[in-house]
Amino acid sequence: MKAKHQRLILIIAALIAIIGAGLIAAWTLRNQANYFYLPEQMAATPPAVGQAVRLGGMVQPGSLATEADGVTVNFMVTGNTEDAIPVRYSGILPDLFVEGSGVVAEGSLGANGVFMATNLLAKHDENYVPKELEGMGTAQAAKMAADTTVGLTQ
Amino acid sequence: MIAEIGLAALWLAAALAVLQMVSGALALRSAEGEANPLAIYARPAAVMQALLAGLAFAMLVWAFAVTDLSIKLVAANSHSMKPMIYKLTGTWGNHEGSMLLWVGVLALSGGLLALFERRLPERTMGATLAVQGFVALGFYAFLLLSSNPFERLPVPAIEGSGLNPLLQDIGLAFHPPTLYAGYVGLSVAFSLAMGALLTREVNPTFARVMRPWVLGAWVLLTFGITAGSYWAYYELGWGGWWFWDPVENASLMPWLAATALLHSVAVLAARDALRTWTIMLGVLAFSMSMLGTFLVRSGVLTSVHAFAVDPERGAFILVLLGLYIGGAFTIFALRAGAVAEGKRFSFSSREGALVFNNVMLSAILAIVLLGTLYPLLTEAFDVRVSVGPPYFNPASAMFAIPMFLVMAVGPLLRWKEDSPRRIRFEVLLLAAILIGVIGLVSFFGQFALLPLLGLGLAAALGVAAFLPLRGRKLTRVPVATWGMVLAHFGIAVSLFGMASEGAFTQERLAAVAPGGSDQVGDYTFTLQSVNPVAGPNWTAIEARIAVSRDGGTQVILTPQARNFWSPAQSTSESALLTRWDGQLYAVIGNQAADGRWQIRMWWKPFVTFIWYGGLLIALGGVLSIIGRVRVDMKRRKAVSLGDERRADPEALGTAPVPAE
Repeated sequence: MKAKHQRLILIIAALIAIIGAGLIAAWTLRNQANYFYLPEQMAATPPAVGQAVRLGGMVQPGSLATEADGVTVNFMVTGNTEDAIPVRYSGILPDLFVEGSGVVAEGSLGANGVFMATNLLAKHDENYVPKELEGMGTAQAAKMAADTTVGLTQ
Repeated sequence: MIAEIGLAALWLAAALAVLQMVSGALALRSAEGEANPLAIYARPAAVMQALLAGLAFAMLVWAFAVTDLSIKLVAANSHSMKPMIYKLTGTWGNHEGSMLLWVGVLALSGGLLALFERRLPERTMGATLAVQGFVALGFYAFLLLSSNPFERLPVPAIEGSGLNPLLQDIGLAFHPPTLYAGYVGLSVAFSLAMGALLTREVNPTFARVMRPWVLGAWVLLTFGITAGSYWAYYELGWGGWWFWDPVENASLMPWLAATALLHSVAVLAARDALRTWTIMLGVLAFSMSMLGTFLVRSGVLTSVHAFAVDPERGAFILVLLGLYIGGAFTIFALRAGAVAEGKRFSFSSREGALVFNNVMLSAILAIVLLGTLYPLLTEAFDVRVSVGPPYFNPASAMFAIPMFLVMAVGPLLRWKEDSPRRIRFEVLLLAAILIGVIGLVSFFGQFALLPLLGLGLAAALGVAAFLPLRGRKLTRVPVATWGMVLAHFGIAVSLFGMASEGAFTQERLAAVAPGGSDQVGDYTFTLQSVNPVAGPNWTAIEARIAVSRDGGTQVILTPQARNFWSPAQSTSESALLTRWDGQLYAVIGNQAADGRWQIRMWWKPFVTFIWYGGLLIALGGVLSIIGRVRVDMKRRKAVSLGDERRADPEALGTAPVPAE
């Protein structure tokens, strides 16, 4: 090529690539960002079936049941209202996961209305409070934040 | 006394940073050749500052070693019963200590630069040291004003409150220091870039000075990221090796920028092209280090790395970040036009391929940056999101795949101008390997697109890495070229590990009664017993699992679920069985009501290649440094020999020339 304005062409090519990356990022983020739901929000406006979201709330006392295979658990997650979302999870439970404690479940809503969790984020240390439960304003949220959870990743 | 010596050393170092800044700035202002009386202090100030910052850090290590509980930091993060090695590594397992390490490495690299670098013009060197002093000053202020590591308690604590058990691991001994040294090594590249920009000395000599620093920082970052990834893999017990955690991204972003910078510096050194682009990447790479420090140290993230949740500190680092990055980009915008355009080149040349990959690396950097900051941005609007692999994997692969393709053929092209027809045999060979491997693998099973592409690319890249050696006499290939070959081969090895882990991992989650057996991959595992065990500062339940491959010899794995008592916290200690072709990964969970234990097992074929590849890449960088330094030493020796010969007759007749 005629190398008259090579620097200019390089800058334009780089800009196009970076802006392209930005647009791709924006588009993918809209589709793939993992939104956080409280149980009442999930009951009112459920996310699309199969969309990866997170559900945060309290494990309803008396709802925790282990299936016969010994590794699948079912429980209900409640928030500030009466709404409760059934959750199903196969895997090793976080150490301090008990009824009445807070939990953040990663996964997606199944067609049958059960939230299929792929990961449960649990309390490791009283110093780590999940961002999602900060500043929710109610006494219950404060209690929830106090004995809830966070994993190592957000 | 320990704390007071450390604090005094820190204040003195800060004062020297001011001297270094002023003296360097005066050197910049004085005309070339004219010696400013104050300009001579920049180098000694930098060296002395390195000694003082080193002393301050040594004092803190000492305080941790003897568990001096009258120091607030020690009381809050250590415990007299902790094993000695974790007492020492605990020095940087907290906010203040890790910032002191950061500053210490910064001062050390500034000192080394001042002590050994003699090739640059004095004005450029003065400007460089001034910038380095300015950066250091900001962080001294941060340490002294808002995160004093030597703060005393009014009443000494009776016992320390311990260290986060996840950090009580040998990984902590290596991971933060190497990463920090890498982050901070980029500060020298940044200072050099600013110095060259301010004095308009952007030329191959400057690139040769900058290259070992960039290479060194890059090697350390590579090593730190590799170590961090392996640590997360075995310590978290989740079986994953990369989580796209914001903190992991914070270390990946400077690495991406440094990778681009290191290739662009090579072009500048060899061909005198890409002048402004190199400066820009120098600024960008250090900006990413600063951003990483901000993300990790400001408490905007909740993670195991976020020790400090103090808004004042976050604001402080944010101001520093704005000051340095904003200032650097302003100077860049004002001065970039004044840098003369470098040598031109055709698109189908080695420079062309390097530019393409530089742009691809920058695009990946943009993808990672946006994905990392997006949750922070939306939180400002009270929308809570998290961004994970479903975003990062496809979005970054979109740019990584073209990059890998160009990387395979780029080193085969000639500088300046080349015809693609010349290398058509190599291109066809690599294309055949790529398509052949993808075809072969998809013939045997259904796999996701990305791992499949990864396997094909890994095979093609593995062969491509050695093609530059074709037709050359191996004993005469320069060491730096071997470095490139090794690093590129390391990328292929690592990619193979990632793709293989993604495509072929087998997982088994089961509740097993003691004496019961189950199967994962080719392995049969039997839970022999579950027993309580105790360590120096924890108790645990430990499973004894006998595993055998295809009925072969039994090996015992002992995964644990540990409970630490100071601070009270539990962790899962995975057990690994490493074979040449993969790893068996075992985790023990809770006990079900009927007495069975939850066992989670993974068979991960070739997963270790991810980290072997990382080590090869780092080793390639080391070879490259050795090669460059050796060439440089030879050149220096030749120059000094020549000078001596010329000096002999001069010394007889003329007055001595002032030094420098």
